[in-house]
Amino acid sequence: MATASVSIPDPSKHIEEDDPSILETTVEELAPLYRQMLAIRRMEEAAAKAYSQGKIGGFLHLIIGQEAVCVGAIAAIEKPDYVVATYREHGHAYAKGVPARSILAELHGKKTGLVKGLGGSMHLFDKDTNFLGGYGIVGGHVPIAAGAAFASKYRNDGRVTLCFFGEGASTIGGFAEGLALAALWKLPVVLICENNQYSMGTPTYRSLAVEDVSLRALAHGMARDRFDGDDVIKVKRRVAEAVERARTTGEPTLVEVVTYRFRGHSMSDPGLYRTKDEVEEWKRRDPLTRSRARLVELGMAEDKLDELEADVKAEIEDAVKFSEDSPPADEYLKYVVKE
Amino acid sequence: MAVISYREALNQAMREEMERDANVFVMGEEVGHYNGAYKVTQGLLQRFSERRVIDAPIAEMGFAGIGVGAAMVGLRPIIEFMTFNFSLVAIDQIINNAAKIYQMSGGQFHVPIVFRGPGGPAVQVSSQHSQSLESFYAHVPGLKVVMPSTAYDAKGLLKTAIRDDNPVVFIEGETLYNTTWEVPDASDGGEGAEHLIPLGVADVKREGTDVTLIAWSKMVWLCLEAAKVLAEDGIECEIVDPRTLRPLDVDTLAASVNKTGRCVIVEIGWPVAGYGAEVAYQIQKHCMDALDAPIERVTSDDVPMPYAKNLEDEVQPQVKDVVAAVRRVLYLD
Amino acid sequence: MAQILGLPKLSPTMEEGVLVRWTKNEGDKVSPGDLIAEVETDKANMDFNVEDEGVLLKLLVKAGETVKLGAPVAIIGKAGEDISALEQQAKAGGGAAPAKPVAKPEAKPAAKPVAKPATQTTAKPATPPEPMPASGSGKPAPGKPAPGKLLASPLAKSMAIELGIDLRTVTGTGPGGRIVERDVKAVADGGATRPIVSAEPHDEAEPAEPADARAETAIAVRAPRRDDHDGDFEDVATSNMRKRIAQRLTEASRDIPQFYLMRTLDVAPVLGFRERLNTLLGDKGKISVNDLVIKAVALALRRVPACNASWEGDAIRHYHRVHVGVAVAIEDGLVTPVIRDADQKGIGSIAAEVRDLANRAKLRQLKGPEITGSTFTVSNLGMFGIERFTAILNPPEAGILAIGGTIDTPVVHDGQIVAGKRMTVTMTCDHRVIDGALGARWLAAFVELLEHPESLAL
Repeated sequence: MATASVSIPDPSKHIEEDDPSILETTVEELAPLYRQMLAIRRMEEAAAKAYSQGKIGGFLHLIIGQEAVCVGAIAAIEKPDYVVATYREHGHAYAKGVPARSILAELHGKKTGLVKGLGGSMHLFDKDTNFLGGYGIVGGHVPIAAGAAFASKYRNDGRVTLCFFGEGASTIGGFAEGLALAALWKLPVVLICENNQYSMGTPTYRSLAVEDVSLRALAHGMARDRFDGDDVIKVKRRVAEAVERARTTGEPTLVEVVTYRFRGHSMSDPGLYRTKDEVEEWKRRDPLTRSRARLVELGMAEDKLDELEADVKAEIEDAVKFSEDSPPADEYLKYVVKE
Repeated sequence: MAVISYREALNQAMREEMERDANVFVMGEEVGHYNGAYKVTQGLLQRFSERRVIDAPIAEMGFAGIGVGAAMVGLRPIIEFMTFNFSLVAIDQIINNAAKIYQMSGGQFHVPIVFRGPGGPAVQVSSQHSQSLESFYAHVPGLKVVMPSTAYDAKGLLKTAIRDDNPVVFIEGETLYNTTWEVPDASDGGEGAEHLIPLGVADVKREGTDVTLIAWSKMVWLCLEAAKVLAEDGIECEIVDPRTLRPLDVDTLAASVNKTGRCVIVEIGWPVAGYGAEVAYQIQKHCMDALDAPIERVTSDDVPMPYAKNLEDEVQPQVKDVVAAVRRVLYLD
Repeated sequence: MAQILGLPKLSPTMEEGVLVRWTKNEGDKVSPGDLIAEVETDKANMDFNVEDEGVLLKLLVKAGETVKLGAPVAIIGKAGEDISALEQQAKAGGGAAPAKPVAKPEAKPAAKPVAKPATQTTAKPATPPEPMPASGSGKPAPGKPAPGKLLASPLAKSMAIELGIDLRTVTGTGPGGRIVERDVKAVADGGATRPIVSAEPHDEAEPAEPADARAETAIAVRAPRRDDHDGDFEDVATSNMRKRIAQRLTEASRDIPQFYLMRTLDVAPVLGFRERLNTLLGDKGKISVNDLVIKAVALALRRVPACNASWEGDAIRHYHRVHVGVAVAIEDGLVTPVIRDADQKGIGSIAAEVRDLANRAKLRQLKGPEITGSTFTVSNLGMFGIERFTAILNPPEAGILAIGGTIDTPVVHDGQIVAGKRMTVTMTCDHRVIDGALGARWLAAFVELLEHPESLAL
């Protein structure tokens, strides 16, 4: 059971035990989450393909393997709640409700892109869904998430902010200061560390003295949690607990979700820092495979699953075609200074 | 009109805007219970409570970022840096986030925030506390940079900055807080509360015919002194204070230089890549056929600020330096 | 070594010229400064003076031909030299040597830049001092203009164009001999150069060559050429201002067909009006008859705008604004400061402006724009006891009004001879622009205004 207590746990690779009852679910609950995860994966694969064709430029950071974290966490909040994310944020935007068309068109640098071709892969923003953006400076967005939460507290509007970042951000000042201020001022924010075990090419044992990032909460008297991210229902339940805390008491939580990215840090990553065996080992814990199996177990018919998967395929194919057919981006002077 | 201090003018500006708009709040180190390290926020806590006057711990990047996030979702933060030297640990928030979010989000989110506090050298506070960082910020598209020289400008510009929908870097003169000027107030038929000065409009602080001195913040005062000295020799200086470095009112500056034919730019920052270099570029571009002499710049020396008083004076522009530069452009020496 | 002479630039806006006539023939020896041809430019007929020593070996264009600026017009060299190659080159057109500057560079070019970084004690340069060339290297500093290149500030250049002053005749007093505003002004106001206010500090170790060169130039310009073997006469060197006046008036008198219209008007009303104005003003200022004349001229130009014009060859330029020039006598010459938009200004402000301009004219402190751009001029010699006179036009203006003094004279009023006050004014007209009837109409308007001076205040 997740806990807010300030005890000193074993600082080794510490994973909190689940109460098995929280993992109970239904086809009605799980199928849409599986669909989201699958759509994100297909979208990421389509992006990788377009990148290899030279249709997408710059940096492209894929979230394949980590889909359960953003989908599960965002399933735990409501539409008015805010999400702040990193440069690996296509999945978070999609889970918050941004259409694949807008995301892929943005990656293609098109006028129809979510931010009109001005931000690209790393800077998706969507006011309609309260998606407060993808940020490219590691850890620099943690204070921004605290700021959105500050505004919620200032206005007492009951909203909660989710802030996603990697374990690599836990060493930078922005994270440290955001964490300290969120705790000091009791801001309704859930800080979600997606620990995919590599800060670019550096494994946690070479970047963190204490590999359990969630322990940082203890220094600030903040609630914390840490668990595996391969089960989307588990992510949803455990984050929901933190969201509830934020909504009712205004207090923040530092949640660490252990996960793994199957692809490189970005498209130009040769992956020399880890073995193929390790990657294969993690792929066997693929959250999509797991959720699909669970759906079958819960009685979802194969033809229904096929239908769902075909539907996702069509959605992403449409988004790719839309992106390719869209006119190029054309405004770059208009949004520098607001008149 | 009332004669008030620059400090009081800033205080009035914040007080009036906080009365007017409940989304405006002040956050920074020692702004509340301590009443402000420079007493600019004096009395605001008593009036507006801890909800809107927020003492922050020493975490500039943290609270600057909190301001940015709050501004994105509709609040209007005033973030006070105890001095702008400390803004350097928050510069990621100002440049990478505040300045870019409007553009990165394709115009969906804007960031109505004011980063304010004193800048420029004070007296004998040595290298880390004596920097003029306006050139850093003026370099960045998406920011506005304001540097008032008088209480009149301070109040009118701060009120406008708070109402502006963009991030505004508002650098106050650390040694100007006690200077006084006439400022409109409520006794002026209620218009005092609406003493607003648009950003990007320069002000001619002294009219003259022989040379244009372009200066901002504390250097305006230095130029006024130098102009007095030069007037004794029959040299009439026109002093133009851009007040806002970004956007820059090139028209007013150029009109003056086109009239006088000579230009001296006086700034207290360092020379290399200093803001005056940009001003000089604009002047030569817009006043080419009017120039009778190369544009001169008077700046601090290209060194970190020393502590000893005599050395500190040596490093900073003095009246004699301005006088000498003016005489050079007039070919008098 | 023979060389091709190209058509020189003889006016600031000249792009081509008509070679009106050759004043030298093939085979004639010529020396620098010799007139070899007259050239009609867009502005006037101009002298084409040669700047080389030699023999005119070949004239390449005939009188009456139009020639592009810089195009070959003649070949000059030593007698008997083979010029076939140059003739080929001239025919090809493109190979012509560029038009030589009319004035040669100073005999002693400033080999070293004079500009020095100001001394540390008095100045704080924003940038590190520019490196000085090694002493005695004789090379200009990197990026410095080559010796002999004309150095002038952009303002000096634009003023020179506006005032029609050839910068090559101006001595620069700025660093490195740079011609600056005050130098052009000095020429425009007359006199050669103003004395240098304060010398630049010179390194004792280095000979102050450029300063010497400048001093020589100054002496050359200022010192009278004494040739009084018998003490019968003394030549006083003409100032640049005198030269300029001479040149302009000669041109105006020679090139413009002018005629004169005269009228005598009753000056009593305007004298009374002036007295009433001055009583009103008290010690706040004084209005002169001349101020009222300026206002009347301006308003008359509004009533008869065809006289507010100038001859431009292919067109008559009609000015939309009325700028009245006022001839002011100063030591050794005259200047014509301008009351801009005189038709729009009140009499009081005209009076104040005239007084200020006249005072500063005498101190030679007027800036270029203050003495250029007039569209009509007033010249008044009434105060010197002159009854009537004719004035020479001030080009490009098409008209100038000469004002005589007030004369007490018997006049016939209602069949009775009574004492009256009269003034005679003479209008000089450029006949290319103003015909007799038009001039008469303008003069009538002027007289009407001045005889009913209240209308000047409307």
